[in-house]
Amino acid sequence: MKIRSSVFASLCLIFEIFGIALFLRGFFPVPVKSSFSSKSKLSDLPAEPLTGNSPNSSKVPASLFRRVVIVVIDALREDFVFGPKGQQYMPYTRNLVERGSSLSFVAKARPPTVTMPRIKALTTGSIPGFIDVVMNLNSPALLEDNIIWQAKAAGKRIIFYGDDTWVRLFPKHFMEYDGTTSFFVSDYTEVDNNVTRHLDSTLKRDDWDILILHYLGLDHIGHLSGPHSSLVGPKLLEMDHILKRIHASLISRETEGSLPNLLVLCGDHGMSETGSHGGSSEPEISTPMVLISPAFRRKAGMETPSTVEQVDLVPTLALGLGLPISQNSVGRLIQPVFQGTSLRDQLRFLHLNGFQLSCLLKDSMPAFEKEEGYEQFRVAEKSHGSWMKLYLEGNTSEVLSNMGRKVLKQYLEALQAMSAALSRQLGKYDMYSMVVGMVLVLQVLLLLLIAMPEALSNSAEVELPLASALLSLPFYLLCLLCCSVHVLVCTSAEASCYLCGLSWGLVLVATAFSCGLLCMLLSLANQKMSPGSRPAGKSSGDSCFSELDILLLIGTVGHVISLGSSSFIEEEHQTWYFLLNTLCLAVFQDVCRKYFRERRGTGDEGSYLPSKEGPPASLSPAGELSVGAGSEKWLALATPLLTLACCRVLRSLNQTGVQWAHLPDLGHWLNSQEHKAELSLLAAASLVLMFFLVQRRCSLVSKIALALGLLGVYSYRAAVGNVLFPWQPKEGRDLSKGTVEARFVYIFVLGILFTGAKDLLRSQVISADVRLKSRGLWEVYSGVVLLCALLLRPHNLPVLACCLLIQTVMAQFIWKELQYDAAQTTIMHYWFGQAFFYFQGNSNNIATVDISAGFVGLESYVEIPAVFLTAFSTYAGPLLWACHLVCYLTSEHHRSAASLGHGCYCFALLRSIPVVAYILLITALRYHLFIWSVFSPKLLYEAMHMLVTTIVCVFFTAMDQNHTSRS
Amino acid sequence: MRDLEIKGMVSAHAIIASSIFVATVMPLFFVDNFSIYGTHLTWLYSVSGSVSVVNITVFWLLGISPPTKKHTLSYKVSRAVRSCLYFILSCLLFHAVVVLYGAPLLESALETFSLAVLLSSLTTLRCLCVLGPSVQAWIRVFSREGAMSVWDTSLQITTACSVIGAWLGAFPIPLDWDRPWQVWPISCSLGATFGFLTGLVIAPAWIHWHPEVLGRSPGPLLWESGMCDTFGVRPSIGLPLPSSSRSPCCLSRCC
Repeated sequence: MKIRSSVFASLCLIFEIFGIALFLRGFFPVPVKSSFSSKSKLSDLPAEPLTGNSPNSSKVPASLFRRVVIVVIDALREDFVFGPKGQQYMPYTRNLVERGSSLSFVAKARPPTVTMPRIKALTTGSIPGFIDVVMNLNSPALLEDNIIWQAKAAGKRIIFYGDDTWVRLFPKHFMEYDGTTSFFVSDYTEVDNNVTRHLDSTLKRDDWDILILHYLGLDHIGHLSGPHSSLVGPKLLEMDHILKRIHASLISRETEGSLPNLLVLCGDHGMSETGSHGGSSEPEISTPMVLISPAFRRKAGMETPSTVEQVDLVPTLALGLGLPISQNSVGRLIQPVFQGTSLRDQLRFLHLNGFQLSCLLKDSMPAFEKEEGYEQFRVAEKSHGSWMKLYLEGNTSEVLSNMGRKVLKQYLEALQAMSAALSRQLGKYDMYSMVVGMVLVLQVLLLLLIAMPEALSNSAEVELPLASALLSLPFYLLCLLCCSVHVLVCTSAEASCYLCGLSWGLVLVATAFSCGLLCMLLSLANQKMSPGSRPAGKSSGDSCFSELDILLLIGTVGHVISLGSSSFIEEEHQTWYFLLNTLCLAVFQDVCRKYFRERRGTGDEGSYLPSKEGPPASLSPAGELSVGAGSEKWLALATPLLTLACCRVLRSLNQTGVQWAHLPDLGHWLNSQEHKAELSLLAAASLVLMFFLVQRRCSLVSKIALALGLLGVYSYRAAVGNVLFPWQPKEGRDLSKGTVEARFVYIFVLGILFTGAKDLLRSQVISADVRLKSRGLWEVYSGVVLLCALLLRPHNLPVLACCLLIQTVMAQFIWKELQYDAAQTTIMHYWFGQAFFYFQGNSNNIATVDISAGFVGLESYVEIPAVFLTAFSTYAGPLLWACHLVCYLTSEHHRSAASLGHGCYCFALLRSIPVVAYILLITALRYHLFIWSVFSPKLLYEAMHMLVTTIVCVFFTAMDQNHTSRS
Repeated sequence: MRDLEIKGMVSAHAIIASSIFVATVMPLFFVDNFSIYGTHLTWLYSVSGSVSVVNITVFWLLGISPPTKKHTLSYKVSRAVRSCLYFILSCLLFHAVVVLYGAPLLESALETFSLAVLLSSLTTLRCLCVLGPSVQAWIRVFSREGAMSVWDTSLQITTACSVIGAWLGAFPIPLDWDRPWQVWPISCSLGATFGFLTGLVIAPAWIHWHPEVLGRSPGPLLWESGMCDTFGVRPSIGLPLPSSSRSPCCLSRCC
């Protein structure tokens, strides 16, 4: 089957989208949530089960503890307390564990063992995935139901000292707080002293109920020199001393008759043998959890601590404090804590916990009724009811207590089963989906690469041996093999795979497709490898690489390699700026070479004179800025320099990334209140410049529409209050949402797009006129520009203007004159697009997405338009450059009929290579320390960019289609 | 003949390379607390100074500089003045390029300029020594296949290596390792120096293994017809520019 390379590229991209979607589905487990940001209330608690119709006692359980002190020591490993290190360096704690009235456990933390997700787990009881971060994009605060919120709502006064992650997660929740930042890893004393200095005064006071301390020093020591460093001992001694002080103070304030106090010592995660954390190795996930309170029975000696889940602390604390359990908690209460209470209370607590878990199960699983734990809970609830009936009747026989113990056991089993069912869904990579997605994407990339010589040939057509692949024996064998592997995986795996849940028909189709792809790939490779079929003169392509080609190649490869480093992902903009600068200098060298002509060069460089009298003048008559041939050389020489200067100014407009993001930039300066006049002037100038650059190739109607639209953009910004009209008074204006103005602009955008589409259709159907077509394309492009102008913030309008300026001068003086081929032009466009993505102020962090663009012209939040507008404004830079590429290649069609196909193919390839490399990398690095903070957001950005590129490539293909049907 | 030239080049390069080592070691005896990271600018000046001095002396003694037509004192003085001017211009040019690459505009301007001085003394100064202050010769040497002697080739290689070294030296800066050598402009200047040293090693080796480079006949040269034709004098383009825009060097040399 022979298809054009643009169609081929688009098809490949679409298949890659499927592969990426599958990968993402496996990489980000779907969160178990009843509902977002709703909180459980005390009044919603179920009544005590009771058979019969006697009045229910829905008594709210009373709290067991008066005050709670929670000491979180970052990276406290289990053996630092329970092992030989604990014996040596934490004598007081060890004594409490062995002989005091305390309960000790080994709490298992779930990966990612990084502080922020761990804090979330310790407070919400859920197992946070990355998707949570995306869901509450806008605010770093924790919106989910959590114990801190519940405590505050119940009127508890909370004091917090320690890691400022807590302060960011729970703003306004603490009566008093002092956050220390974990920014300077090399500091391990000051960071803890800043916490301890508050201790004395706080412990003396009586005005708080919950005190939370989070010590970072141990974690810093671990990062610096590992768990066996000599620094660990003194730090543990210091922590032990602090615990002693707190415990002594709590005991001295224990009064007769009131409730006992509780001291909790826990770690948020452990530490590997090298001192890092984030992964899922045993020392990283094992943390100690010691609960100390006079309410517990004194122990006689050291017992081996039993194992619990870290999230179990949440229901335990909540019930101990008389609070409702937070909705999304998957923990089950730690039963020994409640040993001292009456059997009735114990059953009540277990029932509450079970009820909450069953609710969560109902919400998160469609087939919850078949779940074993749910059935067990139903049974236990029933027998609990009959026990209650007997109990209330005053029965006090042996039978009753035996029956009660049986109910208790039933409850505990039910809790365990439900909790296990819930957490199976969470915090685990679905490796099967990930691998299948990865294989699919990899196959497509290899197909793209293998077809490169054909796709970039003059005919721009790719021969795909579809029929022979589908009719061959290996194809059927492979299908069979894949199906059996699928059955094997799905029957053996304990984890729930997404793919195993799919229907058989879909799986069969997918298998056949993937195998077909593989067979095709193999037969293509076979064709290429077989001697004699190699087209003659192919080797000449390798030898004539110019410096520019080498740079483009090195840049592409180097960027892909740089994705392996978290710093380079955080500072990816630096990579692109750097490459772009080098590109401009290389282009400058090319221009110099062309105009200060080398005599000794080969003849091809001397051929620039005749090309000037070629057809371009006839193609875009009104389009070109009219310049004499003499000044043309100087303009061409000045163009790369102008581009360089523009890029330098733009890069100081928005500081982005992580390391230097705090530096002052022009954007902040312009946005401050006192520089409104400058901002207005700049915005107006940019809009005028944009008008002059865009209007020159539009029809008259579009010109007028464009002018009015740009005016509308300015008045929208004035209405919102970003910029000023000169005749407006500085103060005392009423700000509106600017809905009318924005909708006014939308109308013009749609109008221009419509005109463009009409021209495109006419050029295809009726006249087959290239000029009409290129005008239509340009009108579509100007519509896109107008929409960008509306959505981008006013201080980013210069980015847009510079983008148009660079496109204009580069197209006229460089790409046309220096006769770069379609592939080179495409790569340059891609690089520019990437750099402009960052010039806009974007970064690889989710937090920089400008959500306000989603509200332009809308009265309230409407999901679909808001998402579309936000995505559009985020990817405005790459989109504009891609659109310009289409316009440019179409207008250059006379030079090579296949240029659009080549452009489309290169574009697809340029996007596929980093995406596939990144997917491979992220699979290898899935237990990296920064997987959630750095790598995952980048994965989302890459996937989104892939989607945008696919849409552009389909557009490309449509444009290419017209040409072929015409010729 | 060629072997002799290569031997001469090897010894000259050895001297220049050793001068860099000396410039790194010597300040230890004169400056308190001298270290490459701590007192980076001192090291930088010491290296660029010694490289300049040694370059000038070596090439003076070897007599590679282009034959001068006149031997009058005023001509020599004007040559020297022009060389200085070119050097300063190249410093400014490098500074501008580095700022375009993203160096801060105002703060740490001294560091940036020092890097520019180092780059100039590693690249421009050698060109000045070998080729003299003539733009045409420079364009000839740095255009494709423009090298006519072993020294031209060596110039090409060392210059390219220094610039690429500085270019590569910028890559570690965004890494969050908090190492002393990541401070601006240490990694870049170290990169440039290492690149230069590599160039000094590679150049003789490359010439030794690629004897065909110099076998070529010197062909019609830019040297004579020069680039003046591109300044609008050639009839084929036929569009003379206003005389004000002509380059001064063009007027003085060949037009």
